[in-house]
Amino acid sequence: MAIDKFLVEASHIMMFARSIGDDNPIYYDEDHKSESGSEGIIAPPTFAQSSAQFDPDYFLRPKTGGVGWFGSGKEPTGLKPSGSGGGGGGGAAAGLHAEQHFEYHLPLKAGDVLSATTKPGNAWEKESKRAGKLKFSESVTEYRNQNGDLVITATGVGVQTERPVDS
Amino acid sequence: MLKASEIKVGDTHSEVLVEDLKRTQIVQYAGASGDYNPLHTDEIFTTKIAGYPTVFAHGMLTMGMTGRMVTNYVGDGTLKKYGVRFTSQVWPGDTLTSVATVTELREEDGESLVDLEIVTTNQDGVAVITGSATAKIAS
Repeated sequence: MAIDKFLVEASHIMMFARSIGDDNPIYYDEDHKSESGSEGIIAPPTFAQSSAQFDPDYFLRPKTGGVGWFGSGKEPTGLKPSGSGGGGGGGAAAGLHAEQHFEYHLPLKAGDVLSATTKPGNAWEKESKRAGKLKFSESVTEYRNQNGDLVITATGVGVQTERPVDS
Repeated sequence: MLKASEIKVGDTHSEVLVEDLKRTQIVQYAGASGDYNPLHTDEIFTTKIAGYPTVFAHGMLTMGMTGRMVTNYVGDGTLKKYGVRFTSQVWPGDTLTSVATVTELREEDGESLVDLEIVTTNQDGVAVITGSATAKIAS
Protein backbone atom coordinates (compact mmCIF):
# COMPACT_ATOMS: atom_id res chain seq x y z
CA MET A 1 0.00 0.00 0.00
CA ALA A 2 1.16 3.49 -0.74
CA ILE A 3 -0.95 6.57 -0.07
CA ASP A 4 0.09 9.89 -1.57
CA LYS A 5 -2.40 12.14 0.18
CA PHE A 6 -4.34 11.34 3.32
CA LEU A 7 -6.22 14.55 4.12
CA VAL A 8 -6.90 14.62 7.85
CA GLU A 9 -10.23 16.44 7.96
CA ALA A 10 -12.28 17.61 10.93
CA SER A 11 -15.54 16.09 9.70
CA HIS A 12 -13.86 12.71 9.11
CA ILE A 13 -12.43 12.81 12.64
CA MET A 14 -15.91 13.63 14.01
CA MET A 15 -17.48 10.69 12.15
CA PHE A 16 -14.70 8.35 13.23
CA ALA A 17 -15.00 9.43 16.88
CA ARG A 18 -18.79 8.91 16.75
CA SER A 19 -18.34 5.41 15.34
CA ILE A 20 -16.19 4.41 18.34
CA GLY A 21 -18.67 6.08 20.72
CA ASP A 22 -16.29 8.86 21.75
CA ASP A 23 -17.93 12.25 22.36
CA ASN A 24 -14.75 13.97 23.61
CA PRO A 25 -14.94 17.58 22.30
CA ILE A 26 -11.24 17.46 21.32
CA TYR A 27 -12.45 15.44 18.30
CA TYR A 28 -14.96 18.00 16.96
CA ASP A 29 -14.67 21.41 18.69
CA GLU A 30 -11.78 23.49 17.40
CA ASP A 31 -12.12 25.84 20.39
CA HIS A 32 -11.81 23.07 22.96
CA LYS A 33 -8.76 23.08 25.21
CA SER A 34 -7.97 19.88 27.13
CA GLU A 35 -6.53 19.66 30.60
CA SER A 36 -3.48 18.03 29.03
CA GLY A 37 -2.84 21.25 27.07
CA SER A 38 -3.96 19.77 23.76
CA GLU A 39 -5.97 22.23 21.63
CA GLY A 40 -7.51 22.31 18.20
CA ILE A 41 -9.06 19.16 16.75
CA ILE A 42 -6.83 16.10 17.07
CA ALA A 43 -7.35 12.57 15.81
CA PRO A 44 -8.25 9.62 18.10
CA PRO A 45 -5.43 7.07 18.64
CA THR A 46 -6.65 4.57 16.02
CA PHE A 47 -7.68 7.12 13.39
CA ALA A 48 -4.74 6.35 11.08
CA GLN A 49 -6.52 3.11 10.20
CA SER A 50 -9.00 5.15 8.17
CA SER A 51 -6.21 5.92 5.71
CA ALA A 52 -7.86 3.04 3.82
CA GLN A 53 -10.26 5.72 2.53
CA PHE A 54 -7.33 7.29 0.67
CA ASP A 55 -5.81 4.09 -0.72
CA PRO A 56 -6.98 3.98 -4.36
CA ASP A 57 -6.52 0.20 -4.50
CA TYR A 58 -7.98 -0.73 -1.08
CA PHE A 59 -9.71 -4.04 -1.78
CA LEU A 60 -12.15 -3.93 1.16
CA ARG A 61 -14.05 -1.08 -0.52
CA PRO A 62 -16.42 -1.83 -3.42
CA LYS A 63 -15.24 -0.29 -6.66
CA THR A 64 -17.57 2.23 -8.28
CA GLY A 65 -20.77 0.40 -9.24
CA GLY A 66 -19.93 -2.51 -6.94
CA VAL A 67 -18.80 -4.66 -9.86
CA GLY A 68 -16.71 -7.62 -8.74
CA TRP A 69 -17.50 -6.99 -5.07
CA PHE A 70 -17.51 -10.18 -2.96
CA GLY A 71 -20.42 -9.18 -0.69
CA SER A 72 -23.98 -10.36 -1.30
CA GLY A 73 -26.35 -9.08 -3.97
CA LYS A 74 -28.59 -11.41 -5.95
CA GLU A 75 -26.31 -14.21 -4.75
CA PRO A 76 -24.70 -14.58 -1.30
CA THR A 77 -21.39 -13.50 -2.86
CA GLY A 78 -20.31 -11.67 -5.98
CA LEU A 79 -17.06 -13.62 -6.12
CA LYS A 80 -14.36 -15.15 -3.94
CA PRO A 81 -12.27 -12.83 -1.73
CA SER A 82 -8.90 -12.08 -3.30
CA GLY A 83 -6.98 -12.15 -0.01
CA SER A 84 -4.27 -9.73 -1.12
CA GLY A 85 -2.24 -8.03 1.60
CA GLY A 86 -1.82 -4.47 2.75
CA GLY A 87 -4.41 -1.78 3.33
CA GLY A 88 -5.11 0.64 6.13
CA GLY A 89 -1.88 -0.08 7.90
CA GLY A 90 -3.52 -3.22 9.21
CA GLY A 91 -3.34 -6.88 8.51
CA ALA A 92 -7.12 -7.16 8.16
CA ALA A 93 -6.86 -7.48 4.42
CA ALA A 94 -4.91 -10.71 4.80
CA GLY A 95 -7.84 -12.47 6.50
CA LEU A 96 -8.56 -11.58 10.11
CA HIS A 97 -6.81 -8.95 12.16
CA ALA A 98 -4.59 -10.52 14.84
CA GLU A 99 -2.66 -7.57 16.26
CA GLN A 100 -2.32 -3.81 15.81
CA HIS A 101 0.33 -1.52 17.26
CA PHE A 102 0.76 2.24 16.97
CA GLU A 103 3.72 4.42 17.88
CA TYR A 104 2.96 8.14 18.09
CA HIS A 105 5.83 10.45 17.18
CA LEU A 106 3.88 13.72 16.72
CA PRO A 107 0.27 14.77 17.43
CA LEU A 108 -2.08 14.14 14.49
CA LYS A 109 -4.24 17.21 13.87
CA ALA A 110 -7.10 18.21 11.58
CA GLY A 111 -5.52 19.94 8.60
CA ASP A 112 -2.52 17.64 8.42
CA VAL A 113 -1.82 15.97 5.10
CA LEU A 114 -0.22 12.57 5.51
CA SER A 115 1.44 10.20 3.13
CA ALA A 116 1.95 6.54 3.94
CA THR A 117 4.18 3.72 2.82
CA THR A 118 3.78 0.09 3.88
CA LYS A 119 6.42 -2.59 4.00
CA PRO A 120 5.94 -6.28 4.77
CA GLY A 121 7.33 -7.42 8.12
CA ASN A 122 7.72 -10.91 9.57
CA ALA A 123 5.63 -13.94 8.61
CA TRP A 124 5.04 -17.08 10.69
CA GLU A 125 2.70 -20.07 11.14
CA LYS A 126 0.99 -21.66 14.10
CA GLU A 127 -1.47 -24.49 14.77
CA SER A 128 -4.64 -23.62 16.67
CA LYS A 129 -7.51 -25.73 18.02
CA ARG A 130 -10.10 -23.07 17.18
CA ALA A 131 -9.25 -22.43 13.52
CA GLY A 132 -6.68 -24.95 12.23
CA LYS A 133 -3.44 -23.77 10.65
CA LEU A 134 -2.84 -20.03 11.12
CA LYS A 135 -0.66 -18.03 8.75
CA PHE A 136 0.42 -14.73 10.26
CA SER A 137 1.88 -11.81 8.30
CA GLU A 138 3.02 -8.42 9.51
CA SER A 139 2.93 -5.06 7.73
CA VAL A 140 4.54 -1.83 8.87
CA THR A 141 3.13 1.52 7.73
CA GLU A 142 4.88 4.84 8.22
CA TYR A 143 2.73 7.98 8.16
CA ARG A 144 4.52 11.26 7.43
CA ASN A 145 3.04 14.76 7.50
CA GLN A 146 3.23 17.65 5.02
CA ASN A 147 6.71 18.51 6.35
CA GLY A 148 8.01 14.99 5.83
CA ASP A 149 8.09 14.31 9.59
CA LEU A 150 7.20 10.87 10.88
CA VAL A 151 3.86 11.12 12.75
CA ILE A 152 2.74 7.51 13.33
CA THR A 153 4.24 4.07 12.79
CA ALA A 154 1.53 1.41 12.52
CA THR A 155 2.27 -2.30 12.64
CA GLY A 156 -0.55 -4.66 11.73
CA VAL A 157 -0.58 -8.43 11.94
CA GLY A 158 -3.05 -10.33 9.78
CA VAL A 159 -3.95 -13.99 10.09
CA GLN A 160 -5.29 -16.32 7.46
CA THR A 161 -7.20 -19.18 9.11
CA GLU A 162 -7.75 -22.68 7.72
CA ARG A 163 -11.44 -22.55 8.73
CA PRO A 164 -13.81 -20.10 10.46
CA VAL A 165 -12.84 -19.47 14.07
CA ASP A 166 -14.88 -21.50 16.62
CA SER A 167 -16.38 -19.17 19.18
CA MET B 1 -2.74 14.69 32.01
CA LEU B 2 -1.89 12.27 34.81
CA LYS B 3 0.63 13.35 37.41
CA ALA B 4 3.41 11.03 38.57
CA SER B 5 2.70 11.98 42.17
CA GLU B 6 -0.96 10.98 41.88
CA ILE B 7 -0.62 7.48 40.45
CA LYS B 8 1.20 4.29 41.44
CA VAL B 9 1.86 0.83 40.05
CA GLY B 10 -1.28 -1.28 40.38
CA ASP B 11 -3.75 1.61 39.98
CA THR B 12 -6.62 0.82 37.63
CA HIS B 13 -9.08 2.72 35.46
CA SER B 14 -12.13 0.94 34.09
CA GLU B 15 -15.00 1.84 31.75
CA VAL B 16 -17.92 0.08 30.12
CA LEU B 17 -17.17 0.59 26.40
CA VAL B 18 -20.50 -0.48 24.97
CA GLU B 19 -23.67 -2.17 26.16
CA ASP B 20 -25.52 -4.46 23.74
CA LEU B 21 -23.38 -3.60 20.69
CA LYS B 22 -25.60 -2.80 17.74
CA ARG B 23 -25.02 -3.83 14.13
CA THR B 24 -25.63 -0.19 13.20
CA GLN B 25 -22.54 0.87 15.17
CA ILE B 26 -20.50 -1.68 13.21
CA VAL B 27 -21.90 -0.13 10.01
CA GLN B 28 -20.92 3.34 11.32
CA TYR B 29 -17.37 2.11 11.92
CA ALA B 30 -17.21 0.56 8.44
CA GLY B 31 -18.21 3.89 6.92
CA ALA B 32 -15.82 6.00 8.97
CA SER B 33 -12.80 3.70 8.68
CA GLY B 34 -13.39 2.65 5.08
CA ASP B 35 -13.15 -1.08 5.93
CA TYR B 36 -16.22 -2.49 4.16
CA ASN B 37 -15.30 -6.15 4.60
CA PRO B 38 -18.72 -7.87 4.29
CA LEU B 39 -17.85 -10.02 7.34
CA HIS B 40 -18.78 -7.01 9.44
CA THR B 41 -21.94 -5.74 7.75
CA ASP B 42 -23.33 -8.33 5.32
CA GLU B 43 -25.30 -10.99 7.20
CA ILE B 44 -25.97 -13.12 4.09
CA PHE B 45 -22.34 -13.24 2.98
CA THR B 46 -21.10 -13.85 6.51
CA THR B 47 -23.47 -16.74 7.31
CA LYS B 48 -23.77 -18.41 3.90
CA ILE B 49 -20.28 -17.94 2.46
CA ALA B 50 -17.89 -17.30 5.35
CA GLY B 51 -19.59 -19.74 7.74
CA TYR B 52 -19.94 -17.51 10.81
CA PRO B 53 -23.15 -17.37 12.91
CA THR B 54 -23.60 -13.63 12.24
CA VAL B 55 -21.58 -10.51 11.37
CA PHE B 56 -18.95 -9.46 13.89
CA ALA B 57 -17.22 -6.22 14.85
CA HIS B 58 -14.01 -5.01 13.25
CA GLY B 59 -11.15 -5.66 15.65
CA MET B 60 -10.29 -2.01 15.09
CA LEU B 61 -13.72 -0.94 16.38
CA THR B 62 -12.95 -2.66 19.68
CA MET B 63 -9.44 -1.19 19.66
CA GLY B 64 -10.95 2.24 18.99
CA MET B 65 -13.47 1.96 21.82
CA THR B 66 -10.72 0.66 24.12
CA GLY B 67 -8.56 3.64 23.09
CA ARG B 68 -11.36 5.92 24.30
CA MET B 69 -11.01 4.40 27.79
CA VAL B 70 -7.23 4.91 27.60
CA THR B 71 -7.37 8.56 26.50
CA ASN B 72 -10.09 9.31 29.08
CA TYR B 73 -7.57 8.10 31.68
CA VAL B 74 -4.26 9.51 30.43
CA GLY B 75 -5.55 12.69 28.73
CA ASP B 76 -5.74 13.94 25.15
CA GLY B 77 -2.68 13.80 22.93
CA THR B 78 -0.43 12.14 25.52
CA LEU B 79 -0.12 8.62 24.06
CA LYS B 80 3.31 7.44 22.91
CA LYS B 81 2.38 3.84 22.15
CA TYR B 82 -0.78 1.76 21.98
CA GLY B 83 -0.90 -1.85 20.84
CA VAL B 84 -3.28 -4.79 21.15
CA ARG B 85 -3.86 -8.42 20.26
CA PHE B 86 -7.33 -9.44 19.16
CA THR B 87 -7.97 -12.54 21.25
CA SER B 88 -11.65 -13.24 20.63
CA GLN B 89 -14.36 -11.97 18.33
CA VAL B 90 -16.88 -9.30 19.31
CA TRP B 91 -20.48 -9.95 18.28
CA PRO B 92 -23.62 -7.80 18.05
CA GLY B 93 -25.24 -7.80 21.50
CA ASP B 94 -21.93 -7.92 23.36
CA THR B 95 -21.29 -5.69 26.36
CA LEU B 96 -17.62 -4.78 26.71
CA THR B 97 -15.70 -3.54 29.73
CA SER B 98 -12.11 -2.35 29.57
CA VAL B 99 -9.50 -1.99 32.32
CA ALA B 100 -6.13 -0.24 32.26
CA THR B 101 -3.64 -1.13 35.01
CA VAL B 102 -0.52 0.91 35.75
CA THR B 103 2.49 -1.41 35.37
CA GLU B 104 5.38 1.07 35.51
CA LEU B 105 6.25 4.72 36.03
CA ARG B 106 9.52 5.73 34.41
CA GLU B 107 11.65 8.41 32.76
CA GLU B 108 12.85 8.21 29.17
CA ASP B 109 14.68 10.92 27.20
CA GLY B 110 13.72 13.48 29.83
CA GLU B 111 10.01 12.59 29.71
CA SER B 112 7.92 11.08 32.50
CA LEU B 113 5.96 8.08 31.25
CA VAL B 114 3.38 5.62 32.47
CA ASP B 115 3.05 2.08 31.11
CA LEU B 116 -0.38 0.50 31.14
CA GLU B 117 -1.63 -3.04 30.68
CA ILE B 118 -5.00 -3.17 28.95
CA VAL B 119 -7.70 -5.84 28.89
CA THR B 120 -11.14 -5.60 27.34
CA THR B 121 -13.59 -8.35 28.23
CA ASN B 122 -17.09 -9.30 27.13
CA GLN B 123 -20.14 -10.07 29.29
CA ASP B 124 -18.91 -13.65 29.79
CA GLY B 125 -15.55 -12.48 31.13
CA VAL B 126 -13.73 -13.54 27.94
CA ALA B 127 -10.86 -11.23 26.93
CA VAL B 128 -11.47 -9.81 23.45
CA ILE B 129 -8.43 -7.53 23.48
CA THR B 130 -5.23 -7.62 25.49
CA GLY B 131 -2.59 -4.97 25.06
CA SER B 132 -0.51 -2.17 26.44
CA ALA B 133 -0.04 1.56 26.15
CA THR B 134 2.53 4.17 27.13
CA ALA B 135 1.62 7.80 27.81
CA LYS B 136 3.34 10.99 28.85
CA ILE B 137 2.59 12.17 32.37
CA ALA B 138 3.43 15.31 34.31
CA SER B 139 6.40 14.76 36.62
